[in-house]
Amino acid sequence: MAEIQLNSLAHSYSRHPEGPGDYAIRQMSHTWHKGGAYALLGPSGCGKTTMLNIISGLLAPSEGDVMFDNVRVNELSPKDRNIAQVFQFPVVYDSMTVFDNLAFPLKNAGFPKAKIQAKVEEIAAILELEPVLRKKAKGLTADEKQKVSMGRGLVRDDVSAILFDEPLTVIDPQLKWKLRRKLKQIHEQFNITMVYVTHDQLEASTFADKIAVMYDGQIVQFGTPRELFERPNHTFVGFFIGSPGMNLIDVSVTEQGVRFDDIDVPLDDGHKQRIAATGSSNIKLGIRPEFVQLTAAPADDTWPCNILDVEDLGTYKIVTLQLGEQRLKARIDEDQAISGDTVHVGFPRQWLKVYVDEFLVDEQTEEAQS
Amino acid sequence: MRKVPNNRAWWLVLPVFILVAFSALIPLMTVVNYSVQDIFGPNAAYFVGTDWFREVLRNESLQASLGRQVVFSTAVLLIEIPLGIGIALLMPTGGKRASLCLILLAIPLLIPWNVVGTIWQIFGRGDIGLFGRFLNEIGINYNYTADPVDAWFTVLLMDVWHWTPLVALLCYSGLRAIPQAFYQAAEIDRASRWAVFRYIQLPRLKSVLVIAVLLRFMDSFMIYTEPFVLTGGGPGSSTTFLSQTLTTMAVGQFDIGRAAAFSLVYFLIVLLVSWLFFTAITYPDRDK
Repeated sequence: MAEIQLNSLAHSYSRHPEGPGDYAIRQMSHTWHKGGAYALLGPSGCGKTTMLNIISGLLAPSEGDVMFDNVRVNELSPKDRNIAQVFQFPVVYDSMTVFDNLAFPLKNAGFPKAKIQAKVEEIAAILELEPVLRKKAKGLTADEKQKVSMGRGLVRDDVSAILFDEPLTVIDPQLKWKLRRKLKQIHEQFNITMVYVTHDQLEASTFADKIAVMYDGQIVQFGTPRELFERPNHTFVGFFIGSPGMNLIDVSVTEQGVRFDDIDVPLDDGHKQRIAATGSSNIKLGIRPEFVQLTAAPADDTWPCNILDVEDLGTYKIVTLQLGEQRLKARIDEDQAISGDTVHVGFPRQWLKVYVDEFLVDEQTEEAQS
Repeated sequence: MRKVPNNRAWWLVLPVFILVAFSALIPLMTVVNYSVQDIFGPNAAYFVGTDWFREVLRNESLQASLGRQVVFSTAVLLIEIPLGIGIALLMPTGGKRASLCLILLAIPLLIPWNVVGTIWQIFGRGDIGLFGRFLNEIGINYNYTADPVDAWFTVLLMDVWHWTPLVALLCYSGLRAIPQAFYQAAEIDRASRWAVFRYIQLPRLKSVLVIAVLLRFMDSFMIYTEPFVLTGGGPGSSTTFLSQTLTTMAVGQFDIGRAAAFSLVYFLIVLLVSWLFFTAITYPDRDK
C-alpha cells in the first residue's frame, strides 16, 4: 500500500509538444491517499487511461514526478513499483488454466506454493470462479475472462495499489452491479489503495469514496459524490454529473449582478467583487435541475416562463422551460402537479453558482482556481 | 419440417470432382497401377501383387537413403525452428529497420533452388569460394566434395540459410499479431522475459509454428534440387536423399514398378509424419 503523489505531472504523446492541445495530460498535481477507494471519472479521450498508465509505469510521463510514499518512481518499471492493473478488455493467458492464470503474478513474485494455493482459492471464491478453476482460460465466456483478468490484479495483497481501467465495460449489467459490490468488499477487506477509471458516474459513486473528475487532461474536481453534485467546481462537472446535467447560462455583468436576455439576476457583493477582479467576460450561471423552483403564482425573484415539454420518468418529471432565449431543465417530484403553458421559476440563492472561465466562483473559496 | 431431397445439387460439386480427379486421383492411381504390375511392353503387363513393395522395403540402398533423410529432416527442424523464432524475437518491431530486416530475410527465399545450389557450390569451394577458402586459410581442413562430414555440414548450412527466413517471417507475423495488452498485462504481473516467451509468445505462435514445422518437414523431406546441384549426392552416397534415389530409380534405371511402389511408401511417410506433427502440436489445445 502506498500514497501516490503526482507532482506537476504532464504528458504529451508527441515528442515536441507545442501548444496545450498537444498534451494528453496538462500539468497538474494530485495525491491519492493510502488505502482509499477512488474513482477517476471523465469522458472518453480525456486522459484517464494515460494517467493510469503513468501511475502503473507502463508509460513514462514527459514532465513531472510520480511519487510512491514520497519516493520518486518515474524510472521504475511496473514490476518494481509492485502495482496491479486491470485493463478495459480482458487479458487472459489462454494456454493456462484459470488457476494458473490467477497464480501467475504470485508465481512470478516467487511466493511459496501453499500461499499461492490459498490466495488463489480465496480470490476465486470471491469472484465465483471455483467451478472453472481447472478449465483452460481459452474456453471461457467474456464475463469469466474479465473476472480472471480482475482476479490476477486482486490476488496480490502486497501491492502498492490496484488500478482499474474501466474493467466492467464488457460485462453484463446484472453482473456489473454484483462485481462492483465485490470490489467494494475487497477494498473494505484488504484496504488497498484502489483507483477505478470509468466514464459512468453511477459506477464511480457506488465504488468510490472520492471521485476525481477529469476533463481535457486535467482533474477539475476531486471530492465526494455529494460535493460534486452540490458544488461543482467546474462547468464540466456540473454538466457531466447528474441527470440531466446542470443548467448553464451565459451572462453579462451589470451593476446589481448579472443579466441575460433582459433578465436581471442580482448577486451579493462578494461575488461581484470577485468577478470584477478576474476581468473576464466568460461568465456563466449554473443551477442544477433539482434545485430549480417552479411555482404557479409569481413571487419575489421569480420569472414567468413557458413550459416546452414535460417528461414523466416514473419517479420524477423533467420539465423543459423557456426563459428568455434560454432552455432550462427542472427536475420535480412525480406528484407535483404542473399545468398550463406558463410557470414561475425561481433560483434559490444557495444553489445558484457563478462560473468565471468555467471555474466556480464562490464565497467560500479564496480565489477562483485556474 | 421435411427435407425435400434434391439430388440435382450434386451437379454443382461435379467440377470440383473432375478437377481433383485429374490433378490428384488419376495420377495417383496410375502410380498405384504401376506399383502392382510388372510391365514389359504395351501388352505384356503381369500382376505381381505386393512384390514390388516387399522388395523396396528390403532394399538396402533405399533404407540407407531413408535413414539419411530422417537425420537430415530432424536436423533441419531442430536448427531452423528455434533459430527462426529467435530471429523473429530479435527483429525490430516497426519502422525502417523492420522493413530492412524483412527485405534481407526475404532474399534467400526469392532465389531459384538450383541457383541456391550453385551459389553454395561455388561459395564452398576451397580454391575460389569465399567460404571454403576462408575456412582453409584459418587452418580448418574443409573440402565438401571429398569429406562426407563437410558435405553434410555444407548441405545443412545451405538449407538453414535458404529456409530459416521462412520460419522467421512466419514467426514475425505471428508475434506482430499479439496485442500490446498482453505484454502490458505481463509487465504488471511481473513476468520474467522467459515467462513472457513461454506463456504469451509461444502459445500465440502455435498456429504459425504448425505451418512452419509442416512446411519445413515436407520440404526438407522431399529435398532434391539443392543437394543435387551442390554435391550430386556425394561423396559416395553420403548426401543422397530419398527423392534423388527415387529419381535415379525411375528415370535413370527406368525401374517403374519399384519406383512406383517406393513413391507410394514415400508419400505415406510424409502424410503420416505430417499428421503426427499436426496432432502433437495442436493436441494440448483440446479441452478434455
